[in-house]
Amino acid sequence: MSKKIKSILATDCGSTTTKAILIEWKDDRYRLTFRGEAPTTVEAPFEDVTKGVLNAVMEVEELSGRTILDGDKIITPDDGSKGVDIYVSTSSAGGGLQMMVAGVVKSMSGESAERAALGAGSIVMDVLASNDGRLPHEKITRIRQLRPDMILLSGGTDGGTTTHVMELAEILAAANPRPRLGQNYKLPVIYAGNNKAQDSIRDTLGEISDLDIVDNIRPVLEQENLEPSRDKIHDLFMEHVMAQAPGYKKLMSWTDAPIMPTPGAVGSLIEMIAKKEGISVVGVDIGGATTDIFSVFEEKFNRTVSANLGMSYSICNVLAESGLDNVLRWVPFDINRSELTNRIGNKMIRPTTVPQSLEELVIEQAIAREALRLSFIQHKAFATSLKGVQSERTISDAFEQSSSGQSLVNMMDLDLLVGSGGVLSHAPRRQQSARMLIDAFMPEGITQLAVDSIFMMPQLGVLANIDKKELKDDASQAALEVFDNDCLIRLGTCITPVGNAKPKSKMADVVMSFKDGSSKTIEIIEGSIETLEVPYEEVKVTITPSRGIDVGAGKGETLDSVIYGGVVGLIFDGRNRPITLSKDSSERIDSLLNWSNAVDEYPKGDLF
Amino acid sequence: MAHSYTPGLKVLKKTLFKKERILPLKGKVLVEKGDSLSPDTIVASTNLPGNVQMLKVNNILNIEPRDVVDCLVVKEGDNVKKGDIIAETPGVFGMFKSSVESPVDGTIESISDSTGRVVVREAPIPVEVDAYVSGTVDKVIEKEGIILKSDAAFIQGIFGIAGEKRGELTLISNNPSEELTADQITKDMAGKILIGGSFLSLEAYKKAMDCKVAGIVVGGFNYYDLKAVLGYDLGVAITGTEKLPTALIVTEGYGSIPMSNATFNLLKSNDGNDASVNGATQIRAGVIRPEIVIPIKGGSDTEDSLSKEPEGIQEGSTVRVIRSPNFGKIGIVTSLPSELNKMESETMVRVAEISIDGKNTLIPRANLEMVELQ
Repeated sequence: MSKKIKSILATDCGSTTTKAILIEWKDDRYRLTFRGEAPTTVEAPFEDVTKGVLNAVMEVEELSGRTILDGDKIITPDDGSKGVDIYVSTSSAGGGLQMMVAGVVKSMSGESAERAALGAGSIVMDVLASNDGRLPHEKITRIRQLRPDMILLSGGTDGGTTTHVMELAEILAAANPRPRLGQNYKLPVIYAGNNKAQDSIRDTLGEISDLDIVDNIRPVLEQENLEPSRDKIHDLFMEHVMAQAPGYKKLMSWTDAPIMPTPGAVGSLIEMIAKKEGISVVGVDIGGATTDIFSVFEEKFNRTVSANLGMSYSICNVLAESGLDNVLRWVPFDINRSELTNRIGNKMIRPTTVPQSLEELVIEQAIAREALRLSFIQHKAFATSLKGVQSERTISDAFEQSSSGQSLVNMMDLDLLVGSGGVLSHAPRRQQSARMLIDAFMPEGITQLAVDSIFMMPQLGVLANIDKKELKDDASQAALEVFDNDCLIRLGTCITPVGNAKPKSKMADVVMSFKDGSSKTIEIIEGSIETLEVPYEEVKVTITPSRGIDVGAGKGETLDSVIYGGVVGLIFDGRNRPITLSKDSSERIDSLLNWSNAVDEYPKGDLF
Repeated sequence: MAHSYTPGLKVLKKTLFKKERILPLKGKVLVEKGDSLSPDTIVASTNLPGNVQMLKVNNILNIEPRDVVDCLVVKEGDNVKKGDIIAETPGVFGMFKSSVESPVDGTIESISDSTGRVVVREAPIPVEVDAYVSGTVDKVIEKEGIILKSDAAFIQGIFGIAGEKRGELTLISNNPSEELTADQITKDMAGKILIGGSFLSLEAYKKAMDCKVAGIVVGGFNYYDLKAVLGYDLGVAITGTEKLPTALIVTEGYGSIPMSNATFNLLKSNDGNDASVNGATQIRAGVIRPEIVIPIKGGSDTEDSLSKEPEGIQEGSTVRVIRSPNFGKIGIVTSLPSELNKMESETMVRVAEISIDGKNTLIPRANLEMVELQ
């Protein structure tokens, strides 16, 4: 098969590291062939992002033996021996895209605006709303202090009352906000509210800001229309924010598709995978400062950023928000509490250190469980159906407590859970990554687990977004094939029955038929974990839960399915939900040791 | 020779210290290139736009927003005093009038007929920037501020709280391993910067604040004591805006850790000299560490002869272990193997072989810090 795109160079310019990957068409499919990285060069003394990009690409050249650069230019197209067909990039350098959003009602247009901004890959610094309880002068002070990269203003349904959204516009005008980067341009403001107010908005904000007007984010209460706002945010990110960052004008001239904010690209890839496979997905990226969570449930995409939950810069905040007891419940040995807080404090002020002793690793992974758990709580609270929607109720509904604004996140429906970020991707044993994901997210029923080993999703995301007609098909094929073959390390599948079960009682029988024709039956016992080594291949299962227990087909209902193994294998988790740990210290430690040993989580020795 | 880069904190006996002193908004620069500056010299000033009061005139007068204009007795740009009438209804035969008064002195900034709100802006807020350190003006940045230069000793801490302070350096602890205790702090130390050794307890820090000590430089402090000082758990290391009488600069980390000899000896040699300190810390991209600047009296504008970029760890370097086990211990690098080594945690890392108390041990290079700059 002849391909228009034979080779692709993609980079992700992160806050600290610029990562380059080379994707090539080989043996009738796209594969990741080489990767390189170099420090990002946005800040002094270099102040030119392209230097870091060139260094990372040079590493790819050295490893691949292929000439990609001609001086400081990327050679295109690929002539068979040198150059690449396309080059794309994402960026989160210089703090990423920082936005402030405003809406009339905090839980309605405010939340829709927040969803659009987060979905586009930005950090939302604050949500301003008419009903947020702050006085006008407090709002003005806040806007002035924050200095966002851009503002998204929404509010009101089309044709409805304009007063409230105009009040917000007047507050913005009074604050006369200035952009974070550069003193010599006006702050971009996107208006995505009531169409009846557009002229008045132009009068109020046209002079003091660089105003763009797009379709209403909530044209009617029952409908959310995020796409126009998200697209405009991406355009402005390129035109204004990126253009102010050192070296980006040059970088933009090199790329074959617009540069996307890193989380925006990851989100769009996850959305695409979920759509293509028809599955529900949760993706998490736990970094040093922040934790991003992406989800697709009921075909609805959501992203949240927990700005101060991370494993180094924000590690003390994890401690502050979860409490020391919640961290220590995952640690199967006694430790001096004061000394431990000093140790964690020292990780915050010296963020680049690594755990040398097993004790340090166990503590770090205990903190990771809490950071992930807290981030996921925030995500579940945000990923909801639209609030403020009135629905017609029949008499049968009157007995249900459901209302608008319920979380879309349903762990029994979750098909794939993908983790990335140092603590998950670089854990010395993959079993540790699997345990952290399961303990923090508590999947139910059948859930496949994976990690993105080198965090390639940003580059694949921007690749999947190429919209040049002649390249589109090949680019998205490349993104999907590399995602399937090279990006994810499949850990395996977790099977978790849930429901009322007595301690140590049988929760389910699992009958497995393997590819080689053999079969095996496992009983899942309440309070236990078991694993079975199975590589990444199909396994047919019939799961028969005990009375009152559900594995996805309903209480007591048998489920037939096809699942996959992985580097860890199949994990049978009988710990019910939520996972509870005994208050009695020796019982708790016994359970933790049993669970760890069942999955071969840590090396045997004094601690395990 | 094998070589590894480890960012260390600067401990410089003499350097050409430069610092930007910039206004938050454009304004007026009050000094010229070459001018001598004392720490208190005001180098630039400006006026921040005043606070805004928004008056819902239509609500107060109980009229439609579009009718507000008819009731106004002021127009945009007018100056008003607190209590001045801004809008008034005609009433009935001149009686039963309702009115809106200005709640503050200020200027009418805008009047909205779509929402019925009137915006009154208060007087501008003057802002001044001082020199912070004695020295000379190296460069004037038009309308924004200056770059100051000064021959100075310069030390970076690992973590600090509270912003800029100045005072006379006063040595309290006799050696880097000695704790600075509460009973050593007295009222006559007001306005001074105290030099401690390995540790400062919460009790001692509280006493220093009571005695109005300007700053304390010390090896270690307990992380969990910060809450009692700040009133909240410090989740991320971004500090500098705390309103505390005494700046705290920790040079080594949390816990009781002897101050590095280089830092202690340099501070000791400057006992009695004036210094400027800033506890502001930002451990994120664009890292900011707390600092101690000690201008050298009669210093010339020579390039920094003694400062140099950290060279990184080499065989023979003196290093400190910055993570458990062996946290805080000092050792000598005996070799830097190039291959990856498996640690007890099974993490594969590049290591350095260190001699600590005569015993050789492997430590991840990421867990080492250069402590002595010659």
